[in-house]
Amino acid sequence: MSGKNERELADLLRAALAGDERCYSAFLDRVAGLVRAYARGKITHGGVDAEDVVQEVLLAIHLKRHTWLPEAPVLPWVYAIARFKLIDAFRRRGRRVEIDVDDIAETFAQPEVETVSARDITRALDGLAPTQRSVVAAISVDGRSVEETARTYAMTEAAVRVALHRGLAAIARRFGRE
Amino acid sequence: MDTQDLIRAMAADTRRRALPLGTAWRVAMALALVLAGAVFALALGPRPDALASLETARFVFKFVVTLALAASAFVLLRRLVRPGEEARTPLVWLLAGPLLLIAAVGLELLAVPSADWAARLVGVNARVCLTFIPLIGAAPLVVFLAVLRHGAPARPALAGAVAGLLAGGLAGAFYAAHCPDDSPLFVASWYSLAIAGLAVAGAILAPRVARW
Repeated sequence: MSGKNERELADLLRAALAGDERCYSAFLDRVAGLVRAYARGKITHGGVDAEDVVQEVLLAIHLKRHTWLPEAPVLPWVYAIARFKLIDAFRRRGRRVEIDVDDIAETFAQPEVETVSARDITRALDGLAPTQRSVVAAISVDGRSVEETARTYAMTEAAVRVALHRGLAAIARRFGRE
Repeated sequence: MDTQDLIRAMAADTRRRALPLGTAWRVAMALALVLAGAVFALALGPRPDALASLETARFVFKFVVTLALAASAFVLLRRLVRPGEEARTPLVWLLAGPLLLIAAVGLELLAVPSADWAARLVGVNARVCLTFIPLIGAAPLVVFLAVLRHGAPARPALAGAVAGLLAGGLAGAFYAAHCPDDSPLFVASWYSLAIAGLAVAGAILAPRVARW
């Protein structure tokens, strides 16, 4: 089962790296489920929000996806990033934490679905420059395409893509400071 | 912004691609060698008898040990910037340089009468060594830290230290062409100290520079 999971995820990510948006979306969706189960299993006391960790891990995966080698297994890579980000989140909350490196039993964990959706939409977008905020909000929250967003804000598609990318990177940096 | 929104935004950003790590390493290595070589050529230059000295074992050994350190550090560092990579085996390989040096020190102690040990250890150039290895290695260290920043080191302090060893190994190899002190006793004390300085600098800087 884990082997199948691994193969499917690796295929999806390979397709994503070749530019397939739908495969990438499916990959991130499944990884979100795995990381959510992992984070919920590790967070035994309050103070750290599992969904925050999930988002932070997804952003790290996104911004660092060039550190995965297409011939390498993908789950150890995902869980190494998840572990790193979880420890970082605990540290920011001033907790000492020990997470075993060999703790990849979570490879067999069942994915979990997001429960809290009433998250403050503005919070993640708050710190962004105005253009970045409009572009990220249009594409993420309103579900617009890059083309539509470019038309709405009278920008070129290239400029929208740049603003989107910088916006995501800025959100990731903000996570690290909170 | 809920997680589905975030996934939508990231999917729209699929096409934007970062520089592959392999390319980053090739560029970084070339840049590090050019910068280290430039500082070496401008500040020191090889000693006059460098080519002739290639026939003496002690002179050649300085390159063997510094390049062994650089090579093993490079192999390890390439793993340390990728999350989830096994790094224990290359970590053991990092001992190759130090073990070679210990063996050479042993041979030197057998070959040289004990009355001369102190003179060989202190050499004539200790201060130059402690100045110029860090100076030659500084630019390569900055270049390697930039690669760490581009990658995703899950153990940034360790990665920074290893980046320092890599920069120090390269700097030591350049410096070895200038330095008149060839005794392994000198190398073991002063080169090690200078390279350790770079490793400490890397370990301190990397967690700040390569945050991700």
